[in-house]
Amino acid sequence: MNIDSIKNGIVIDHITAGKAMEIYRLLGLDALDCSVALIKNVASRKTGKKDIIKIDSDFDVDTDILGYIDPFVTVNVIKDGKIAEKKTIELPSELTNVLKCKNPRCITSVEQELPHIFKLTDRENRIYRCIYCETRAK
Amino acid sequence: MRSVIDISELTTGEIDELIATANDIIANPERYSEKCRGKKLATLFFEPSTRTRLSFEAAMYELGGNVLGFSEAQSSSASKGESVADTARVVSCYADIIAMRHPKEGAPLVAARNASIPVINAGDGGHSHPTQTLADLLTIYREKGGFENLTVGFCGDLKFGRTVHSLISALIRYKGVKFVLISPAELKLPGYVKDKLDKAGIEYRETDSLENSIADLDILYMTRVQKERFFNEEDYLRLKDTYILTPEKMALAGAGLRVLHPLPRVNEISVAVDSDSRACYFKQVLYGKYMRMALILKLLGVK
Ligand SMILES: [Zn+2]
Repeated sequence: MNIDSIKNGIVIDHITAGKAMEIYRLLGLDALDCSVALIKNVASRKTGKKDIIKIDSDFDVDTDILGYIDPFVTVNVIKDGKIAEKKTIELPSELTNVLKCKNPRCITSVEQELPHIFKLTDRENRIYRCIYCETRAK
Repeated sequence: MRSVIDISELTTGEIDELIATANDIIANPERYSEKCRGKKLATLFFEPSTRTRLSFEAAMYELGGNVLGFSEAQSSSASKGESVADTARVVSCYADIIAMRHPKEGAPLVAARNASIPVINAGDGGHSHPTQTLADLLTIYREKGGFENLTVGFCGDLKFGRTVHSLISALIRYKGVKFVLISPAELKLPGYVKDKLDKAGIEYRETDSLENSIADLDILYMTRVQKERFFNEEDYLRLKDTYILTPEKMALAGAGLRVLHPLPRVNEISVAVDSDSRACYFKQVLYGKYMRMALILKLLGVK
């Protein structure tokens, strides 16, 4: 894979430097068969340094997860070597099974099969709380 | 299907409507004695709380309905490992409404997300207990005729007391309410609750002296100062008497003061205060039943 030119795939650009590995893990990119390039500390005019992830397939990126980890990224969908779509990322209002509630008094601590759901309760300060016990996500 | 898990889910209009219904029940109990004929309330108590369970059961009986359920996890399917979600689905086939108490926070919400009938949270660990707050609100309303411009004192454990946090978040909706927060430094109201007060532009002050502030109050909401909240025995012994309500302290208060307590009390209100006409904590229990009646009617859509 030539990391500069993807024919059909996804480029996640403007990742805050150092966050690419976390995104790689939470998006489940390790499970993909196609080539995936993770490029760290690329020079950026805007922020000095950034990370980039290139995925050589039309993988369906979970923009909620991206929005939670790093709302400043851009997602470009590449088709026939050209940018076919730019996805804007927003802070998701709800996250399911991305964060785990760590409150030992929470019902999720005793019922393993329950989905761990967090709601955005304060957009300005990016605060998420468990829907069951209202414990704040760290 | 509408459930009530936390007091914050009720709008001010809905709270006012519940209070109006409760007042009407008190004035005309005979009009309500058949309202829930043929309906069943399931009381699912995964931990014992006799007081709350009896209040729900009495409420349903006074509406002409019936009650089924269990009063502790050992006598339920939970002891065989059934999930809260499955219990809620199964009970939906037998009853028309559920009142659930559970030691784990959020369990009633899990039930509400899986039941096909309304669920009322009857207390989930230290998290929420909305019908207690409704009882507190009706007591204040009946005794004071409303909520606006009241000075409400909270005394004791303001850090862990969920009834305190919940009542505060209900009262900040009303105009001109002021708070006096009376506690030892170790048990002050948490920052995130004070943030709510600041955001709502509510006037409040913190003090460690009940004696010096009781004269300013319209309402005194007492809570228990538990020994296990302190790092050492000396601090507890030094502080506990400061937060015990006695006839001597009542003598410093105005004639309009009303004393509330979510009960059970241990020793934070001396029994000598019980005969004082300003003590309202037993009336509060009665009002709790009327508010549960009003809530059951609302959630069942009975007019
Ligand atoms: Zn939780």
